[in-house]
This record gives sequence, structure tokens and C-alpha cells, in this order.
Amino acid sequence: MPVKINTNSGKTIAYLSGEIDHHNAWPLREAIDNELRRLRPGTLRMDFGGVSFMDSSGVGLVMGRYKTLSAYGGRLELMNVPAQIYKVMKLSGIEKIAKIYRKDVNKGEDNQ
Amino acid sequence: MKIINEMRLEVESRSVNESFARVTVSAFAAQLDPTVEELSDIKTAVSEAVTNCIVHAYPNVMGKIYIYAAILTDNTVRVRVRDRGCGIANVAQAMEPLFTTLAGERAGLGFAVMESFMDSVKVRSRVGRGTAVTLEKKVSGKTDG
Ligand SMILES: Nc1ncnc2c1ncn2[C@@H]1O[C@H](COP(=O)(O)OP(=O)(O)OP(=O)(O)O)[C@@H](O)[C@H]1O
Ligand SMILES: [Mg+2]
Repeated sequence: MPVKINTNSGKTIAYLSGEIDHHNAWPLREAIDNELRRLRPGTLRMDFGGVSFMDSSGVGLVMGRYKTLSAYGGRLELMNVPAQIYKVMKLSGIEKIAKIYRKDVNKGEDNQ
Repeated sequence: MKIINEMRLEVESRSVNESFARVTVSAFAAQLDPTVEELSDIKTAVSEAVTNCIVHAYPNVMGKIYIYAAILTDNTVRVRVRDRGCGIANVAQAMEPLFTTLAGERAGLGFAVMESFMDSVKVRSRVGRGTAVTLEKKVSGKTDG
């Protein structure tokens, strides 16, 4: 499974990897939703550091998780977002609903 | 503009072919020596067009997806993705950002991505007959083809 998930003190981190398209999005969605349903974390952090490609199916993945989270007041963070993926996200208005931290830009700082 | 090279690819509308199609077209486009960003723009746009055939054109059936790509003399890459699926009743509406007929896990951004990542996007469609999406992008690579 191209995602590793762990939850610690109310924060779930999902380390995504590989390519996120319509073909690959479904198992990612299932794995993350499982964790959200079980633990209802206050924050979900999706880490894109290991993702080499994403199209609008990935935007659907992010928006869908946001809906689940916001239904009970949870927050969403998108970490280590590579340039190609950031370009797709920018078109979607995701930055209005989640904090986006880009990969390799001002390392370690809030570079939203 | 004259065509200097072309390729054709026919695949079944299986989702596993989404990556196969975009990687194949971007490997073909690589002969123009595009920048990394230009190449990933083309790859992303092709992924959108091919995914639309799989998700929308042939919703509950297998069908064929016909992909054509050409290199033109002015460093333009032309890609046409065609299906014989359900067709689009209102193309202008379908191309509006955030418009989708499959709410839920779809964002309605495929055409918006194609339009912003490519120089031109043309859509021809007939209900019950199918859809052809033609994408073009001029790349800033070497000039001798
Ligand atoms: N090849 C096609 N055949 C039939 N209908 C299509 C085709 N391509 C697009 N459409 C229609 O156009 C709409 C918009 O397409 P677009 O790619 O912009 O968004 P989407 O596929 O719904 O969502 P996303 O691409 O963000 O996952 C689709 O919802 C669908 O109704
Ligand atoms: Mg689409």
C-alpha cells in the first residue's frame, strides 16, 4: 500500500507515495478514511514528500478527506508538496481549506 | 505547421492504462527536449483526458481509447485523446471549472488542468458517439526536432 499512516496524540499523519491518479486513489482513500473513522483525530496531515505525480484525482482525494474532517471540526495540513502537485492544487482553491507546505522551498519554514 | 513525427496508441479503458498512456505520450514528447515542468504539464493534461474516457465516456463498460500524438515543426506537441463513449451534451458547461457529473470523489477540475497546463484545448463531442479532446503545447526545447 503506497501510504503509511500513524496517529499520535490526536494527529494523524499519512505518508503518501507513488503516483496519485484515479487508478491509485481508491486504496489511499480507504486507508485514510479508516483511520479517521476509528480515531477522529483533530488534525490530518497528508505528506506528499514521496509522491511523484498527481492529477485532479488527487484533488478529489484531498477534498473528500476535508469533508470528512470538517464534519466534526478536524483540520487538514498538506506537507512536502512537490512543484507539479502544487501547480494542480493551486487551480483547485485547496489553499482556502488547508495549510499547504511546499517541498524544498524555504526548508522547515511556513512557506504557504 | 508541418508534422515531423507522429504516434498512435490504442488502449482499453482500464484504469491501469492511465499511467501507461501519460508516460508513453510524455516519452514521445521528450524528443523535443522540453523542460521538466513542460513535460510534467503534458503528462498531467494527458492523464486528465484519458481518465475522463475511463470514468465518464465508458462508465460501466470497457471501450477503446484512441491516442494520437504529433510533433510539429514549430516545437509544438499535439495530443488527441478520443473515445466512442457516451459523449458530452453541453461541452461549454463540462469545461467550466468545478463542473462535474460525478460529485463525490471528483473535483471537476480535469478540463481546468488541461486548459491551464496546455496552450490550447479543443473538444468535439456528440452524445452517443463519443468525444475527442485535442491538446497542444509549444515547448521551449531545442529547435532541430
Ligand atoms: N470523455 C468524456 N466523455 C463523456 N463525458 C465527459 C468526458 N470528459 C469529460 N466529460 C464530462 O465533463 C465533466 C467535466 O470533466 P472534468 O475532467 O473537468 O471533471 P471531472 O472528471 O468530473 O472531475 P476531475 O477531473 O476533477 O476528477 C465530467 O464530469 C463529465 O460529465
Ligand atoms: Mg476529469
